[in-house]
Amino acid sequence: MRDVAIIGVGMNKWGELWESSLRDIFTEAALLAIEDAGVDHIDSMYIGCMSSGLFVGQEHLSSLLTDYLGMGPIPATRVESACSSGGLALRTGLIEVASGMNDIVLVGGVEKMTDVSVHGATFALSTAADQEYEVYHGVTFPGLYALMARAHMHKYGTTRKQLAQVAVKNHYHGSMNPLAQYPQKITAEEVIESVMVADPLRILDCSPITDGAAAVILAPLDLAKKISKKPVVKIIGSGHATDTIALHSRKDLTEIKSTERAAKIAYEMASKSPDEIHLAEVHDCFTIAEICVIEALGFAEKGKGGPATEHGMTTLGGKIPVNTSGGLKSKGHPVGATGVAQAIEITKQLRGEAGERQVKNAKVGLTQNMGGSGGSSLVHIMEVV
Amino acid sequence: MVGITGYGVYIPRHRIKVEEIAKVWGADAQAYKKGLFVEEKSVPGPDQDTITMSVEATFSALKRAQIDPRKIGAVYVGSESHPYAVKPSGTTVAEAIGATPDVHCADFEFACKAGSEAMFVCLGLVGSGLIEYGLAIGADTSQGAPGDALEYTAAAGAAAFIMGKDNIIAEAIDTYSYMTDTPDFWRREYQFYPRHASRFTGDPAYFKHILGAGKAMLEKVKMKPKDFQYAVFHQPNGKFPQRVGRLLGFEKKQIETGLLCPKLGNTYSGSSPMGLTAILDEAKPNDLIFMVSYGSGAGSDAFVWRVTERINQVRDSAVKTRDMLNNNKSYLEYGTYAKYRGKIRKGE
Repeated sequence: MRDVAIIGVGMNKWGELWESSLRDIFTEAALLAIEDAGVDHIDSMYIGCMSSGLFVGQEHLSSLLTDYLGMGPIPATRVESACSSGGLALRTGLIEVASGMNDIVLVGGVEKMTDVSVHGATFALSTAADQEYEVYHGVTFPGLYALMARAHMHKYGTTRKQLAQVAVKNHYHGSMNPLAQYPQKITAEEVIESVMVADPLRILDCSPITDGAAAVILAPLDLAKKISKKPVVKIIGSGHATDTIALHSRKDLTEIKSTERAAKIAYEMASKSPDEIHLAEVHDCFTIAEICVIEALGFAEKGKGGPATEHGMTTLGGKIPVNTSGGLKSKGHPVGATGVAQAIEITKQLRGEAGERQVKNAKVGLTQNMGGSGGSSLVHIMEVV
Repeated sequence: MVGITGYGVYIPRHRIKVEEIAKVWGADAQAYKKGLFVEEKSVPGPDQDTITMSVEATFSALKRAQIDPRKIGAVYVGSESHPYAVKPSGTTVAEAIGATPDVHCADFEFACKAGSEAMFVCLGLVGSGLIEYGLAIGADTSQGAPGDALEYTAAAGAAAFIMGKDNIIAEAIDTYSYMTDTPDFWRREYQFYPRHASRFTGDPAYFKHILGAGKAMLEKVKMKPKDFQYAVFHQPNGKFPQRVGRLLGFEKKQIETGLLCPKLGNTYSGSSPMGLTAILDEAKPNDLIFMVSYGSGAGSDAFVWRVTERINQVRDSAVKTRDMLNNNKSYLEYGTYAKYRGKIRKGE
């Protein structure tokens, strides 16, 4: 397999983009990535998108988006793995470049979520859970993550305030990201007193509904070194794992096994340990998710994710800053685009282009993107070369 | 000089509190009260509708205008809850107040903007000399689907204005209108409740149009917010008008007199017109009033009014808006409210 690098990134501001359509926002991000990479063509394209059919009534994105990008007739593939669609698109593009089948591959992610009502969006998102055994019984994602939060609180003594601190930290980070949907700083009190969604989770524990797209350009490392005018970011590890789609089929509600497995594979491939990671972008779809994930990634011991967050380990300036982009919570969560945007943040940080939120001396970064309540996970490790 | 010669208002006595609605739907009342800045709303009785409220408001307007109703050349009722889909509200109102048969009637509908639309047209017809007096009404018994966010605000009320050239109490200095095709809120034929596009009803709808009309209006009359004693904006909730006022450069004290929504709810076509009546109840001669309505779909009408000396003579001739809002209230439980609002449907 060839080594693969990220040579271009592109993303516009996320939010409720009522003036733009899915094809607009994808094309804008893709063109920014192509411009950033300085390439004059792409050989193929992968698009992470969870549910354009339910959100905007449009499938067949592979053809639509190559057409509107002016890149037809290159091969293009839509990749779907719920909220980890973007991370899986990145892995799929990586495999294609590593295999030698193509050189310049665009990996994009997109979701246009605000063209439907809140009920429509809740329904579309619920299709990432087990329809027959979870959704038919009335379960929604806030409900599933609330069960995980309750279990974590019961088993490890994780506190309401520790959950809130995840949101406080990520909004603080997001306040330094001009592309974030909700860059407002918030306090723990505001989180704890916000509207109840599913006990113990409040509205400010939940990531928002977002329109957004993100794109990166992959190239073989040798070629990247020749053509790239910016620091080259090499993907040194890629792990992918699945778990039961239904939460109730798991032995322990506090553990995200798919992330543990994906991380193990990625760490081995990269020959890195959790201690050697300088920063990470993780899937904080709900505050409890980030606490479970930093434990699954080995940044904190099992059950210690809450105190670690409370004591600032994952805040900018801490031992391992997590979600410097603002994460899903503050930057926004257009589900199919999230995994790709995580790779963009790590690339910017490793290139030293993160501005106010720059992590000093960042050389190695990690992304973790997951689908549903942890039914699928993608972990990537990147190093600037 | 063209302007308002008489104004009147009507608010049903029934009220329902946010807590009472939230209790039924298992919702967080405090969050709604804080988020919408609304405490309670008016509810029409089972024998009240847009026509009855329009007539009540017009009786007060006639008391202040002190004119013979037969001199009214036009009766325009703006509402999104006309009792009939086919058959005018205006003719019934005109008949009830004694303005028929030498009169022109029309019903207007433009979501929450139909009242200011009737005011705009009456000012134009009076100004052109086609009619001597014109009656413009904004009235609604607005609909909110059970459990929907709209249910906490959709209220009932009416404001009536008699426009003329003589005996004016507030001169219309100028007007400006701002419209685009923006589908933020709608109700199709045969549908019982309107639908809305949640947060899309904010920035690209309410705020864009009120700011668009408001800024252009200020520019057209070459005035600044500080030149005005009062400002009133459409009030779908208590928060939006305060924010849009701030964005235009108005201060809280200019807005609070006309801000009825926290205790009244959203009276749709009656909303900013009723706010104007509350201001006229308080204003002094030569005070300037800035008004911008908003209707989904979408558009805003802006008006600049200057109060005249005559206000002091007629103000007390009829019931004042705040008195009607604050006195003689009777609170409903959700069950009675549901019955009054026709939310309990019986099989045929």
